[in-house]
Amino acid sequence: MATTTTHASVADRAQPPMLVAGPVAWMRANLFSSVWSSLVTLALAYFLIKFTVGLIDWAFLKSVWTVPTDPATGKLNPDACRQAKGEGACWAVIWDKYRFILFGRYPYEEHWRAAIVLVLFLGLFVVSAMRRFWRPVLALIWVAVLVSIFTLMWGGVFGLRYVAQDEWGGLPITLILSTFGLACAFPIAVLVALGRRATNLPAVKLICVIYIEVIRGVPLISLLFMASVMFPLFMPVGLNPDKLLRAQIAIILFAAVYLAEVIRGGLQALPKGQYEAADALGLSYWKKMGLIILPQALRLVIPPLVNTFIGFFKDTSLVLIIGIFDLLTSGKVAVTDPIWQAFSTEVYIMLGLIYFCFCFSMARYSQSLEREFSKSVRR
Amino acid sequence: MSTTATDPRMSGARRAPPKGLSLSWSDPRFRAIVWQVVIVGLLVAGVWYLASNTATNLEERRIATGFDFLGRTAGIPIGEHLIPYDPSVHTYGRAVLVGILNTLMVTVVGVALISLLGTVVGIASLSNNWLLSRLCRAYVEGMRDVPLLLHLLFWYAVMLTFPPVRDAISVMPGVFMSNSGLKVPLLIWENAHTGAALAFLGGSVATWFASRRATAIQHATGIRPAVWPVVLVGLVLLPLAVWALMGAPFALDIPVKARFRFNGGATISPEFTALMIGLVLYHSAFAAEIVRSGILSVPTGQWEAGGALGLKRGTMLRMIVLPQALRVIIPPMTSTYLGVAKNSSLAVAIGYPDLVSIVNTTLNQTGQAIEGIAIIMAVYLSISLSISLFMNWYNARIALVER
Repeated sequence: MATTTTHASVADRAQPPMLVAGPVAWMRANLFSSVWSSLVTLALAYFLIKFTVGLIDWAFLKSVWTVPTDPATGKLNPDACRQAKGEGACWAVIWDKYRFILFGRYPYEEHWRAAIVLVLFLGLFVVSAMRRFWRPVLALIWVAVLVSIFTLMWGGVFGLRYVAQDEWGGLPITLILSTFGLACAFPIAVLVALGRRATNLPAVKLICVIYIEVIRGVPLISLLFMASVMFPLFMPVGLNPDKLLRAQIAIILFAAVYLAEVIRGGLQALPKGQYEAADALGLSYWKKMGLIILPQALRLVIPPLVNTFIGFFKDTSLVLIIGIFDLLTSGKVAVTDPIWQAFSTEVYIMLGLIYFCFCFSMARYSQSLEREFSKSVRR
Repeated sequence: MSTTATDPRMSGARRAPPKGLSLSWSDPRFRAIVWQVVIVGLLVAGVWYLASNTATNLEERRIATGFDFLGRTAGIPIGEHLIPYDPSVHTYGRAVLVGILNTLMVTVVGVALISLLGTVVGIASLSNNWLLSRLCRAYVEGMRDVPLLLHLLFWYAVMLTFPPVRDAISVMPGVFMSNSGLKVPLLIWENAHTGAALAFLGGSVATWFASRRATAIQHATGIRPAVWPVVLVGLVLLPLAVWALMGAPFALDIPVKARFRFNGGATISPEFTALMIGLVLYHSAFAAEIVRSGILSVPTGQWEAGGALGLKRGTMLRMIVLPQALRVIIPPMTSTYLGVAKNSSLAVAIGYPDLVSIVNTTLNQTGQAIEGIAIIMAVYLSISLSISLFMNWYNARIALVER
């Protein structure tokens, strides 16, 4: 042949790019992009695997799920748990105490009522979270559900046994304190936020500023102490509202301030033109606020409002310090049982999971709302 | 300009004549005054009603009023005190002071650790390393969605699961872990150490001046003179020389395990440890979120501009991104610090003797609830005010100077 084409040998040919896609490429880009990154990945992976293996070992493999009843005393015999101590979890304490932790000192045979209350609360939250229910009818639903919750808890009607308030306890108390507290704090917060921005009413503005700054400067505990030891002194002789109501009032006063500051942010973020347009239409102050300003301002601050709600849900646990029987208190009391004294860690982990589920789902919900709102703004 | 000067709209000739206040409901000023009088009147009436009830109640229960009790001998045993305190000698006033100092110590140590951990986790959660950033996100979610009080109870329970003093775990020589706290060696303090500390202080001042001068020269000539010799001499050599000249004393008070207790050394109590772990884990999650969103708020163009200048990622973060992010970070971080100060009051739940816990004991003993709660509120209000004043000053200092 006159012309010969020389082919590069197979080994010399340019290799197809190996690492631009697929798991190997992903790992190179995200886990081993540099020497330091690789070292960090290896160290973290080592600790993560060690921790996970240890956790599974402790929580599932070496753990004790039930303990036998001692025939002599009729009580549970925690020897199996004592033997596993330090190596495996003792879930038997949860198995024994879960109803006490969830419902506190509520009479045992009436627990079904407290359970229905929990379901009602969850239903209320789910319905309130759905945007198609964001209509005035939602307020009616709230009133109806809260009334039926208190009817169920107290009893005394429809053939239900009367249960005094100091026998309530557990998760229902936590949910009542946070839900009822926020429902009452919200209208107060709106008024205080409006009051703080009322420049033509200097006296009202001053009162609101003092109220907000003082409450924001002190810890919630001091307000709860105030509710538990000072409030009885404030009342006329002979009148003494029960402890839960007093704590509830303290929580409402506290929550209202933080909500008011969030709402004030929304009022400030609204363009001035909205205020001027409402004035130009000749609307009265309350019509201007109710029809034009607040609907827009509140919508702006829904994500930070939900974050404040999460904070208050956690803060209701502080009533433990003044001895109200909420979820955390009943967990703490449950492990004072002499049998289970050494196994408080397991109970606290379970309480942490319950709180985590509520807070995490609220946080996720707030994030999804934020995305949805920013979508409509960007459009 | 003459045209604008004679503009009738500016001269006031066409403005409505000033009206006196008319006593009519259609006059907004009149309405405003009536509303304020009504609201203030209702508030005053409410406060007066509560105050008169309180006076009656106090009289009926024969509770003393006033702050005289602060001068009486307290008799409250307090485990941890930064100033000398003896329950049989010292007064309630001193006990309250001990509580205030404990609260301040928890706040200061807490704020320092939280800033450190929060910044590290916040920056790490933006890392290119997938595993690292995922772990940091998980840390933030896991820590902040659990109530702080539960954190404290949990860590306190964990602290108490350590073996008793008899079987204390020796973490490293001279450091012991038991259910009555962490035992650490303590340096026996002598004059030479004070001298070295003073020398170190002087060296820091010299370093500060040297770095200022270096910056000024760099601005003037573009060449930065070396600062490191000053640092080496002022911060290392000079203190060492002072210490060596004064005899180079170095003796540790090492805890020695006896049968049921330790001799010597310093103790970090389980209450303090649990409080610190709980506060730091909980609040650093929030601090990390603040740092993360602050860094994300800096436009990508700033990173790209830094990259175009050939800077390394760490240098870009330090010199370009963080100074700008700080302006976004400071206001919410202030709230976090205020939260730490206020939440340190939860120490009462695990028995650490902070202000709230000591005042609580005091008011249980004396029955003077109003005065006790007034003390708590006054102290926390001053702490909150000081923190926000300082942070406002700092915020103004680093604010963008606009034309």
